[in-house]
Amino acid sequence: MDEIVAEFLVESIESLDRLDRDLLALEREPSREVLASIFRTMHTIKGACGFLGFPRLERVAHSAESLLAGLRDGSTSMTPEIAEALLRTGDALRSMLDRIASTGSDGEDGHDDVVGDLERLRATPAEAHTTEPVAPATPVTRPREGHGGVTDTTVRVDVALLDRLMTLVGELVLARNHLVGLAEDAADPALASASQGVDRITAELQDGVMKTRLQPIRTAWSAFPRMVRDLALALDKRAGVETDGEDTELDRSIIEAIKDPLAHLVRNAIDHGIETPRERAEAGKPDEGLIRVRAYHEGGQVTIEVADDGRGIGIAAIRSTAVEQGLIAAEQAGRMTERQLIELLFVPGFSTADHVTTVSGRGVGMDVVRTNIERVGGSVDVVSEHGRGTTFKIRIPLTLAIVPALIVSSGGRRYAIPQANVLELVAVSADDLGSVHDATVYRLRDRLIPIVSLAGVLGSTGEVRSGGSLVIARADDRRFGLLVDGVSDSVDIVVKPLGRHLSGLDVFAGATILDDGHVAAIVDVVGLADRAGVARGERDRPDDDRTTPVATSGATSLLVFSDPSGARMAVSLDLVERLEAFPRDSVERSGVDDVVRYGDRILPLARVDELLVDRRREHRYAGEELPDDLQVLIHRERETLLGVVVGRIIDVVEHPLELQPASRPGVRGTMILDGRVTEIIDLAGLVRGRDERRTTPLRADTGAAS
Amino acid sequence: MKRLATFTIDGEAFGVDVSRVREVLRPQDLTPIPLAPPEVAGLINLRGEIVTALDLRVRLGSPTRADDRAMSLIMTTPHGPVSLLVDDVGEVLEVGDGRFDPPPTTLRGAARELIVGTYSIDDRLLMELDVEHAIDGTTPSGADVEMEDR
Repeated sequence: MDEIVAEFLVESIESLDRLDRDLLALEREPSREVLASIFRTMHTIKGACGFLGFPRLERVAHSAESLLAGLRDGSTSMTPEIAEALLRTGDALRSMLDRIASTGSDGEDGHDDVVGDLERLRATPAEAHTTEPVAPATPVTRPREGHGGVTDTTVRVDVALLDRLMTLVGELVLARNHLVGLAEDAADPALASASQGVDRITAELQDGVMKTRLQPIRTAWSAFPRMVRDLALALDKRAGVETDGEDTELDRSIIEAIKDPLAHLVRNAIDHGIETPRERAEAGKPDEGLIRVRAYHEGGQVTIEVADDGRGIGIAAIRSTAVEQGLIAAEQAGRMTERQLIELLFVPGFSTADHVTTVSGRGVGMDVVRTNIERVGGSVDVVSEHGRGTTFKIRIPLTLAIVPALIVSSGGRRYAIPQANVLELVAVSADDLGSVHDATVYRLRDRLIPIVSLAGVLGSTGEVRSGGSLVIARADDRRFGLLVDGVSDSVDIVVKPLGRHLSGLDVFAGATILDDGHVAAIVDVVGLADRAGVARGERDRPDDDRTTPVATSGATSLLVFSDPSGARMAVSLDLVERLEAFPRDSVERSGVDDVVRYGDRILPLARVDELLVDRRREHRYAGEELPDDLQVLIHRERETLLGVVVGRIIDVVEHPLELQPASRPGVRGTMILDGRVTEIIDLAGLVRGRDERRTTPLRADTGAAS
Repeated sequence: MKRLATFTIDGEAFGVDVSRVREVLRPQDLTPIPLAPPEVAGLINLRGEIVTALDLRVRLGSPTRADDRAMSLIMTTPHGPVSLLVDDVGEVLEVGDGRFDPPPTTLRGAARELIVGTYSIDDRLLMELDVEHAIDGTTPSGADVEMEDR
């Protein structure tokens, strides 16, 4: 195809996407700038059509331009009908552009209905009560004449050429490093100044060339406002879309790959998520549903969120549909956690829609969404809250980018850790790590965090050295301490993909060349956390505490402890906010409770064995079975704290919950952990039980509850 | 006539199609990659490009190299350059079909897969390496398992 025509097509399609956005904005609120932008778009297309010889396309664009001119000078006023007609004009133009792309001609269809509407509306004078012109008398700046218009400042470049430039810049960086080294040794002021100049220019050139392959993510979602409007109309719903971070840049090929999955998630949000206006009113929500699309950088990754404020994912519906469709057995369905059930959404063919609509509910989609995203190395997570909405979180790696990173050493080698995965650095000695208990956790201020030794995970020496640095790292919603031998530097690194022989290594996200020319692998913090078995579900975001994270692994983090009599028990680590030790003589009496001072609060204590058998003893903390330092698990239920006194803390393990039926109330079940029978305690249930007993003071002390 | 770039591994002579060799490098600084398949010796910095180095000794099942003085043959592949580590690099030889024989039946298992055939040159045996196999094939000692593990 003629190169000029090809360029015209690309530009026109881009401007039509903008046209949709502008029209929707104008429909909501008259604005002279927006009107000017629409006018300019239409004018540019019309001008180019005349120039390139597409008479039918030109005629449609011309009619639209005339109508817009009327709006601009106030002789016609904006109505929903006009907005609709202009949107349909955009569609007509698009279909003609498609035709030009495939056949080279603008076809036979003159879209007379659209032209007719535009002309009729143009002829309708402004109504008396809405005479305020959308635009004032000041003339809109005329666009530059002829082909190109506002998009003249861009050129199209072959990606292969950009790749070649990238490689050359890489070589230049190394030559620069060499030169800087020589200049430092030579102590020649003239050479030093010259090398500084080369240094600075190289850095800027590197930055510039890197950016050429990136595109703002806007191109993937520019069609969303229109799509949301049309879909909501078709489904008798009301919905708007709000975008944030549309300038976030991603490699062009990645944007192409995630375009369709994102559109699918938005369609799903309207079809399944957003309720009808009446349902929303009953639920006390605004009539209009809101879909929020956000993108932001996080580590070596870009995170994209598609969130709606709709009804949330119906767990019960998933459960019954999965059983109906024979995906799982009824008995199995009863045992599955909410997370596991939500995970079923991604099974091919699964759909909970009551009826098949043209929009979704045909059972194709979510599995394709996940597949497409995983193909470019990304991941999808779902967080849903009943009645409050659903958020899909997509993480996409940047295979081609400059990211700030921390250079660490471990086992005699250097590694780069993306700075955005790093929360803070702590210098530690082996004593610090051993001081809590046998398990590898570290108490960072008030929080317990699991410790992972980088050398251990990577299979070099598993020894914890006498000293080192702890990199407090964040992997999606997990937080853990990564133990390294030392931290040498914080630099901007160029991320390069690993070759095919290493593409299966999930602990590395790529490699980079350090200033001295050596290669260092870039740690994939999420992959490393997975490999090391760091539990998911430890939430970092206080604002959505009550939402349900969906984990991809079935393992649960369990805190293993003994009760004061030595029986082995465990509790899900999620339920334990902190571990504390209190001297036995710091326990005081307050009413019927034993309490300790805990910061500026009073913390009630309860022995785990007493919670379990509902029994009170005298001298509860005087027995010899308890150590001088009481080991206490702090449990929080909203604002209420309870300290659960245990005998000894043994370990933190990562294990799937495979429970045998419980032997007594307050126990979720038993399982074999490290070769020993362990009771898994229902801590939340025990605490509720305790509260109920306390609010029924007349109840007799029954000894054992069973 | 075929032209083979020759090299040695553990005292034996091998050759690869010279048109696939982009360049020959002296011993390079290698960054070993933990958890990588065994034949991956590490990554090298080839003028700003990061290239995976495969140790042909591991591929061929020969004893481990005692020093880190391996020469590097940079091979062109459709997916970018790959380095093959060899003991020593020799001259480029022209070989004729007349002296071609299939791989000797006595060849050890791992090597046998990688050898197209042999040429007798001046009483010496030159084994021609199958480039695709050497680069893409798997090493029997568990590289596959490593990949499937994830």
